[in-house]
Amino acid sequence: MSQGTPSLRLHVPEPTGRPGHETDFSYLHLSRAGEVRRPPVEASPADTSDLAYTLVRVLDEEGRAVGPWVPEADAALLRRGLVAMMKTRIFDARMLIAQRQKKISFYMQCLGEEAIATGHALALAPGDMCFPTYRQQGLLLARDDVSMVDMICELLSNERDPLKGRQLPVCYSMKRAGFFSISGNLATQFIQAVGWGMASAIKGDTRIASAWIGDGATAESDFHTALTFAHVYRAPVILNVVNNQWAISTFQAIAGGEATTFAARGVGCGIASLRVDGNDWLAVLAASRWAAERARGNLGPSLIEWVTYRAGAHSTSDDPSRYRPADDWQHFPLGDPIARLAQHLRGIGAWSDEEHEKTQADLEAQVSAALKEAERYGSLADGHLHGAAAMFEDVYEHMPPHLQAQRRQLEQFQKG
Amino acid sequence: MRVAQMTMIQALRSAMDLMLERDDNVVIYGQDVGYFGGVFRCTEGLQAKYGSSRVFDAPISEGGIVGAAIGMGAYGLRPVVEVQFADYFYPAYDQIVSEAARLRYRSAGDFTAPITIRMPCGGGIYGGQTHSQSPEVLFTHVCGLRTVMPSNPRDAKGLLIASIENDDPVIFLEPKRLYNGPFDGHHDRPLVPWSAHPLGEVPEGYYTVPLESATVFRPGTALTAIAYGTMVYVCEAAARETGIDAEIIDLRSLWPLDLPTLVASVKKTGRCVIVHEATRTSGFGAELTALVQEHCFYHLEAPIERVAGWDTPYPHAQEWAYFPGPARVGAAFRRVMED
Repeated sequence: MSQGTPSLRLHVPEPTGRPGHETDFSYLHLSRAGEVRRPPVEASPADTSDLAYTLVRVLDEEGRAVGPWVPEADAALLRRGLVAMMKTRIFDARMLIAQRQKKISFYMQCLGEEAIATGHALALAPGDMCFPTYRQQGLLLARDDVSMVDMICELLSNERDPLKGRQLPVCYSMKRAGFFSISGNLATQFIQAVGWGMASAIKGDTRIASAWIGDGATAESDFHTALTFAHVYRAPVILNVVNNQWAISTFQAIAGGEATTFAARGVGCGIASLRVDGNDWLAVLAASRWAAERARGNLGPSLIEWVTYRAGAHSTSDDPSRYRPADDWQHFPLGDPIARLAQHLRGIGAWSDEEHEKTQADLEAQVSAALKEAERYGSLADGHLHGAAAMFEDVYEHMPPHLQAQRRQLEQFQKG
Repeated sequence: MRVAQMTMIQALRSAMDLMLERDDNVVIYGQDVGYFGGVFRCTEGLQAKYGSSRVFDAPISEGGIVGAAIGMGAYGLRPVVEVQFADYFYPAYDQIVSEAARLRYRSAGDFTAPITIRMPCGGGIYGGQTHSQSPEVLFTHVCGLRTVMPSNPRDAKGLLIASIENDDPVIFLEPKRLYNGPFDGHHDRPLVPWSAHPLGEVPEGYYTVPLESATVFRPGTALTAIAYGTMVYVCEAAARETGIDAEIIDLRSLWPLDLPTLVASVKKTGRCVIVHEATRTSGFGAELTALVQEHCFYHLEAPIERVAGWDTPYPHAQEWAYFPGPARVGAAFRRVMED
């Protein structure tokens, strides 16, 4: 060591809040509602630099919709958004209980993040394809043509599970609803979405792709490949980064979020980027529409960082009280997306407390009925599953001889 | 059908040309694959003929190349992508193993990955550590993948067409030592061009060589040599030079494979030598040895021999001490005949 030169120190980011210590959310760099400009959809990526460091917001503290990002949306659509969010939250809560009752082996909620997937789903067109992570169930629950019973059968791994019991709960696949098969391997779908968008462009189609990733998974190499390919080929894709501040127990700073934003990565790769209040349903709708219009108009990809907070545990196998303050969500400055949209709708006279309560009760009944119906087809716990022979199917298009032999072996073994 | 003299490079190009023409959903991309026509010339002229939305250059990102292909496959295209050297596929391994191989299974057929990944492989060209590897076992071990390796222009074209048409993901390994001519391991002799070899005669039109079909490359009665790629010619030289009447099986499809052809041959000869360039321990030869042992135990008259690359990284200066040449294979032939 040379004299007079300070010794080097390794910097390991830490969240300000830990169990027993309140989080200082000033790191978020928030903007006031209505404050951030709305560029034309033709904007060049470099012209979105400022938007990567500010925050697009529509709903103010009083629940009024203000500024250039107020979307054209009638009360019926907004009510639909609110109901979709409520349905998602109720679905999650009920499935969490089902997991605690050991009906389901595993579950992951999206508590606090309901606005992002539901708002985005209603900005897309039929035929568009989403490449979700395991925390975008709102993409399915926002759609009236998706059966909750089918979803729950997947969670139960029962005889009617469309995935034949092969996947962990939550790893849905629903091509007809524009919902790509969920993989346990993080970030892999982000580049696949870009490839899907490239394919649509190669064929001269009009459909676009929507890619999804969390803050933690942006550290995976496929995040980088997706941005590079999307930029190089000007792929019609929306690259969604859901920054819920936490990757299991690691704070977003350890994913590379300290003193920067995930939206800024997009600008660095030559992609038009926005940073948006993920708990503001109107902002979600408006930004998603902007990005979809851009993609559909051959104007290139967009990246959107949705700033939100993972209000619940990472999964049913996780206990967040071991690494963050128990009351953290209450202090998160962007609040609760359901409360905020309900406040707005009440403000414009399109919602009431009575309606809220009635809708809540109706949705609870709907989810309970769906669970009850799904349970009629069995569950992992009661052994009503797809037969073991189904295990050998779909590895290849046609079952090769070695798998036929292994299936026979198992059948003979089971016969005894 | 008209037949032309082709190198393996020309045969592969012919397969891709034909499939681009026959199927609008076939697209080809990879590093240097577009305008330049590939560092081995396998895609020369294809971009000019079919346009840059069908044949194009890609960023240097194997994970990106394969990941994007999976997305294209999910859309309904039939991508044929290239990884410049098999030694460089590793960044794409997650996409290959966790995604391409599993997509049909995990989605119960909702989505599929009908993609072909071409990779020049194998040594014998002073390629050193990262231009010589034979990583086939890293694919044969993965359920859901098909792994294919041709040994001559005629098979190369027919197998590539069959691979592109197949709805399962196919790892298509091309022994670059065989691109311009057969090679039997006698590196001190002049190259024999494909134009001087009967297997360089390739039909110009459409045909396939079915996957999961091995071929008896050289019929014989004394022992069965199971090989693929360059080692087929090494085995042929070893048979010639030892005078041992070896039956040489060219596997062509490594996995899933054509077990009946192997078993019939070993049951006939009673002796078996397995030869590959890849390193020995847990190499694909171990699976072949186990299969032959399970299916031919009572017909075996000697222990099964394996001749493989040593369990070392592929060296540069020591190329010919590493590469399993005809002398080493011949010695194994003699050993199994003595037992």
